Amino acid sequence: MPKEKMTGARAVVRALESEGVEYIFGIPGGAILPIYDALFDSKKLKHVLVRHEQVGAHAAEGYAHATGKVGVCFGTSGPGATNLVTGIADAYMDSVPMVAITGNVSSALIGTDAFQEADITGITMPITKHNWLVTDVRELPRILKEAFYVARTGRPGPVLVDIPKDIQNAELEFEYPDTVHIPGYHPPVREEPRLKDAALLVRNSVRPVIYLGGGVRTSNAYPEVLAFCELLDAPVVTTVHGKGAFPENHPLCLGMFGMHGGRYSNYTVQGSDLIIALGARFDDRVTGKLSTFAPEAKVVHLDVDPAEISKLVTATVPLVGDLKALLPGLTEEVKKAFAAHGRPDISPWKARVAEWREKYPLRYKQEGQKHILPQTAVEAIWRKVQGKAIVTTGVGEHQMFAAQYWKTTGPRQFITSGGLGTMGFCLPAAMGAQLGKPNDLVIGIDGDGSFQMTLQDLATCVELKLPIKIFILNNLFLGMVRQWQELFYENRFSETPLADCPDFVKLADAYGCLGLRARTLDELDGVIEKALAHKDGPCIVDVRVRRQEKVFPMVPAGAPLNDMIDGE
Amino acid sequence: MERNEEKPNGSTHTISLLVENKPGVLHRIAGLFSRRGYNIASLTVGPTEHPEYSRMTIVVRLSSKPVEQVVRQVQKLVPVVEVRELSPQDLIERELMLVKIKTPEKNHAELRALAETYEASVVDVSPDALVVEATGTAGKLDALEERLQSYGIQELVRSGRIALERGFKTLAPPSLK
Repeated sequence: MPKEKMTGARAVVRALESEGVEYIFGIPGGAILPIYDALFDSKKLKHVLVRHEQVGAHAAEGYAHATGKVGVCFGTSGPGATNLVTGIADAYMDSVPMVAITGNVSSALIGTDAFQEADITGITMPITKHNWLVTDVRELPRILKEAFYVARTGRPGPVLVDIPKDIQNAELEFEYPDTVHIPGYHPPVREEPRLKDAALLVRNSVRPVIYLGGGVRTSNAYPEVLAFCELLDAPVVTTVHGKGAFPENHPLCLGMFGMHGGRYSNYTVQGSDLIIALGARFDDRVTGKLSTFAPEAKVVHLDVDPAEISKLVTATVPLVGDLKALLPGLTEEVKKAFAAHGRPDISPWKARVAEWREKYPLRYKQEGQKHILPQTAVEAIWRKVQGKAIVTTGVGEHQMFAAQYWKTTGPRQFITSGGLGTMGFCLPAAMGAQLGKPNDLVIGIDGDGSFQMTLQDLATCVELKLPIKIFILNNLFLGMVRQWQELFYENRFSETPLADCPDFVKLADAYGCLGLRARTLDELDGVIEKALAHKDGPCIVDVRVRRQEKVFPMVPAGAPLNDMIDGE
Repeated sequence: MERNEEKPNGSTHTISLLVENKPGVLHRIAGLFSRRGYNIASLTVGPTEHPEYSRMTIVVRLSSKPVEQVVRQVQKLVPVVEVRELSPQDLIERELMLVKIKTPEKNHAELRALAETYEASVVDVSPDALVVEATGTAGKLDALEERLQSYGIQELVRSGRIALERGFKTLAPPSLK
């Protein structure tokens, strides 16, 4: 490709086009004006004008999560850039590939406390895989190439490129590189993966459990994981980001474990003699008190990020590498070990797990309740669509009800803020997911507190006519905090009751979208049907649920994983 | 299952890093150490045989985390080309110390002799003060410092440790050799 003379701003647009970017989520401002001017001429890039940069970043996450591609968001200098921070931190915790591009004040003004100046590379250093402040326009093509490469490879994550205004206006001879060379990026894997050792542990285990995390998604390793699990014929548990890594209607799947996991899932992990962790990181929300976690278990830990190995739980056999590339090798070695030494007899273990499952199912009691229970609402929506939807959630009780009762059957169908736990995530993530997957049904399960953190972007969804359906499980509380107050703070509901305001139906009307409400069980099914039938733009459903309902079972923070409160 | 237990007294490790010589790299590395709770005992940075790269020597004191964890976290930083813990047996370490001592002229000869035993030298003399320069291992400088205490140390500065491994081994990846 011959070199072409152009401005830095134009180079940004060309680079994004070369990367195959479809959507950019952003808001223009003074310091990013040249890039928006260049964008005006692009025929390939579609820009989504959000109403708050945080939504732009979360929408880029939703898009990336649903499609597996890199999400892109823009912000101007200063507040534009700092508003992106929550979304970037969220993407960092959940390993979501994202490129954030910010304008900054001109180079000569940097460091002078200029109007709308913020040191965004300094601010985002701990929450990006890497970031760049561009100081020479000629470096722009290389940096953008590297940015996309770093964002999507290895353990994916967000990166940020900060471009001062004068650099956007300066001219360069543009040529987009085909390859990247970052000497420090691909650390050589020094050891051969010990697949044989891992296979031997599997062969010798009589109480194995397979623990799936978000790494299955980032590696797109669904068929490999399915084959492995079915070969072992062992119980499978997942994290919240492991939902969809393995079909939840599969007989081997015990669903989510951890703080709000099933009692039977937690007992299975605690009673196991071998944990095979695939793309998971032993977060405190799944291990409970670390010193009492799975006391008899050896650990095979497969992860793409060497720094996750033995960070919290020491791996008996660590396997560092990409799940999709490594797991078939392990499957082969296990087959060989089974052939050579016979399969271990895990039937007594499976019988025990089945017994736990029978005895301690996830449960709630709608009978005799005047009000709709949030669990009932989640299951009612699920039944109407038979689980065939992409679900996004906010953060709080509704999120855990969705995680417990929405049986996810396919990959990239449960999009939530797991690591950072960002309230307000549902609507923006639904927006991004719907744009990325225009033919799929996108359902949001949100809370009243969570929804109100980003609701201004209903305007964007209406403008784009996105047929997303947001079900607000409305208990007029900051419910999860309230739950902790009830359980651990003697019912002192400090600042958790929320006023019955706004009227979400009228709000929907004000934004020009469909607003519905279900107050009683009788109304629920009809309202869900109406929402699903509405294809012309977004729909907001205010589902009034029992205010005091809590998420159970629950492992109190810092307690052993099998020490659960049931609430009955 | 094994877990990472707390070691009450902590352990000290010397970590050598080859990093890209670019703005902000020190910030990235120091920030990682502070947010992950790794205690920096000393940090030095300077140019190398390669103009595009700098070498850092970080002495880290760890109470609960294994040093491998630190190395792996540091390795993840994009501008870090290579990082390794230097084994204490194969380590050549040096530190530089300057000490200003306020003492009457009559003591100067005695101090010069003392400095000589430590292969140190007196690099500045004024009527009632002198400055001693010493290099060596941290242990040697500690010992000298202790001896100088009694003469009245006015100011003292130490550079922090720099270190290389003995023998032919180097930290640079094959592409740079």
